[in-house]
Amino acid sequence: MNDAFARPNSVLVLGATSDIARAIVGLLVRDGCERVVLAGRDQVRLAEAAGEAKEAGASFVATLGFDANEVDQAAGVVDSGFSAAGRVDLVVVGLGLLADQPEDERDPTRVTRCLTVNFTWPAAALTRVAEHFREQGSGRALVLSSVAGVRVRRSNYIYGSAKAGLDAYARSLNQTLAGSGGFITVVRPGFVVSRMTEGRSAPPISTTPDAVARDAVAGLERGAEVVWSPGYLAVIFRVLRLLPEAIWRRLPF
Amino acid sequence: MPEPILAEGAAPGDSVTQPPLPEAVDRILTGWGRTSPTAARVITPGEPADVVRSLWSHNGATRPGVIARGLGRSYGDAAQCAGGLVIETGRLDRIGAINDAGEVEVDAGVSLAALLRTSLPQGWFVPVTPGTRQVTIGGAIAADIHGKNHHQDGSFCAHVTSITLATPTGVLQVSQSVDPALFWATAGGMGLTGVILGATIRMRRVETAWMRVDTERHGELQGLMDALERVDATHRYSVAWLDCSARGRHLGRGILDAGDHARASELGASAARDPLAAPHDARFKVPVALPAPLVGGLSVAAFNRAWYAKSPSRPGRIRPLGGFFHPLDALGDWNRLFGPRGFVQYQYVVPSERRDVIVSTLELLQRAGAACSMAVLKRFGPGDPGPLSFPMAGWTLALDLPVGPPGLRRALRELDQLVLAAHGRVYLAKDSRLGPVAFAAMYPRLSEFETTLRRVDPEGLMQSDLSRRLRIGSLAR
Ligand SMILES: Cc1cc2nc3c(=O)[nH]c(=O)nc-3n(C[C@H](O)[C@H](O)[C@H](O)COP(=O)(O)OP(=O)(O)OC[C@H]3O[C@@H](n4cnc5c(N)ncnc54)[C@H](O)[C@@H]3O)c2cc1C
Repeated sequence: MNDAFARPNSVLVLGATSDIARAIVGLLVRDGCERVVLAGRDQVRLAEAAGEAKEAGASFVATLGFDANEVDQAAGVVDSGFSAAGRVDLVVVGLGLLADQPEDERDPTRVTRCLTVNFTWPAAALTRVAEHFREQGSGRALVLSSVAGVRVRRSNYIYGSAKAGLDAYARSLNQTLAGSGGFITVVRPGFVVSRMTEGRSAPPISTTPDAVARDAVAGLERGAEVVWSPGYLAVIFRVLRLLPEAIWRRLPF
Repeated sequence: MPEPILAEGAAPGDSVTQPPLPEAVDRILTGWGRTSPTAARVITPGEPADVVRSLWSHNGATRPGVIARGLGRSYGDAAQCAGGLVIETGRLDRIGAINDAGEVEVDAGVSLAALLRTSLPQGWFVPVTPGTRQVTIGGAIAADIHGKNHHQDGSFCAHVTSITLATPTGVLQVSQSVDPALFWATAGGMGLTGVILGATIRMRRVETAWMRVDTERHGELQGLMDALERVDATHRYSVAWLDCSARGRHLGRGILDAGDHARASELGASAARDPLAAPHDARFKVPVALPAPLVGGLSVAAFNRAWYAKSPSRPGRIRPLGGFFHPLDALGDWNRLFGPRGFVQYQYVVPSERRDVIVSTLELLQRAGAACSMAVLKRFGPGDPGPLSFPMAGWTLALDLPVGPPGLRRALRELDQLVLAAHGRVYLAKDSRLGPVAFAAMYPRLSEFETTLRRVDPEGLMQSDLSRRLRIGSLAR
């Protein structure tokens, strides 16, 4: 069960090989989380993440392979995760795939892949997670969104649109959970220097997986619906959202 | 082994046609601290027999988990069961006649407030009362509650002569001599042995509903603790309130209240007219949860200072019993003052020779920037045989801490280690954040408790969010 500070005893991570997800698991396990189920695609990295969780002190660690292109399997992956963990106190939805823009822009297959991995699969999985939360009468979820989806930019619109969709979906799904004991928190990191963004030049304001993990867990404890990381992005985006489209387009990032 | 009492000839698994049970409703539940809300199906049976049927009908349900709930005054997740069935006892409210020995048979849902309304006018007081009257007999037994008289009278279950208990495998009547293992597992067992249907309690004779109270103000901790030790022998009731925000040489300064039931001859003229009038229920309520805590760091420090300042030493004051035992009951739903994130209470006990732990606690909380709105220090006498019963001889400190300060969670984990190292333990009725490993180390007789559980609940039907969090149960390990 989650304790009074929303620290879980068991966690299911979808997209467990991402740097942010690994940082979150590390924090939670050091805070006393005992059971960890890690689901991801890359078996090697998955084994690495599992080793990390064990080393941090988890007493039970299991891994589950899945491919986020296979949308039909999403519910099944979630079900397996729940039955492996017994009872799931926290689900982390951490999978993500950046698009290669502008190369991908004219390739419908690649666009679809990016939308599927970042939006369709996670949305399908979350739908199932919500069902489990209703049945358990409890459960929290952390959904990794992105500021890229808050106001979508020309230079990153494929990924941005998918995250915009996931962000809206998760927040709305959370409303349907009122009175069920389940609760979803959406996390909106800024530019994170990580494996995913390797080779991209970091904008002036960037953050790290560890910092995002800390903010996410603090948000969980606060019972926040939306967590910005770093926190001041909330203020910056309040302004950016109001900019007229003509100016927004000309911003240099 | 006692003879099982079969509710109207029924046994688990029987399907005799009976009138329908009251409908279960889905509800979000929390403890008094309002942290960790979870949803469960809640049923409020009107008869003990219906409790038994609800319990047994849940046997074999796809998601097991049944727990009893009284008035929800435990601070954490003891009286909730996410996704399972919660049996509320509010309608089990019969109070029998009090016999000459002060023994009274009561249903499990009877509150101490209701019992006192009946018993006080007849000159009987409850043997043990917590800091609020709004707890049920079931909750009092399940937590084996203690009062300000623990050093003289022990905890609640010492005054319970029998318990009627609906377990998943049968309805039994147990006492300190009939199936003592089950009796004592139920005392402090946090509802995990089954649903208590009723009990026989031995009450205390009093001449008045008034207290004679000696108040002493002490400017530092050691003097206050010396005084607490001293009044062990001279007063039935004692408690000290600490000003958590005082530092340095004033660390742990506070007010000691030591009291006894007043004799009729000690009352003034107006009180003497109705010496046994029962205390009133709350006249004011906090109407809604405040959007932000009223009880923040600054207001807490000011409140602590003001309380200290307004309580000079005074011997022999005659005070109404409600104000002495249940000062917080004057304001209904006061837990809403702590804002939407709620608060935790951390209560522990350490052996008498470990005064240093109290000092370290106050220092640690100040370092962590935790705003402690209430700190109550007391002495316990020896514990009773309950394997999960909390009290044991020594010092007990209870701290109310609003959730919010970022360092609080970690500070409490440090505190767990301090308490453990001193061979102390944390009180489950107040707990909402302990982990299973620290818990098992604090309660070394856990396996004895679980042996009894395996006998009465082999399938692990009884569960609460607390038992899941701490991994207590016949199937838990
Ligand atoms: C302001 C305040 C002051 C307090 N002061 C003290 C104090 O001085 N000393 C002290 O010891 N405690 C104190 N408490 C704690 C309180 O006495 C206990 O938590 C008590 O158990 C609450 O009773 P309840 O009826 O509200 O039970 P709930 O909170 O509803 O339930 C508590 C536990 O009892 C079990 N339970 C309840 N009814 C039954 C039943 N019929 N059969 C089986 N199990 C049952 C539940 O499953 C749960 O595990 C205080 C609480 C408050 C809010």
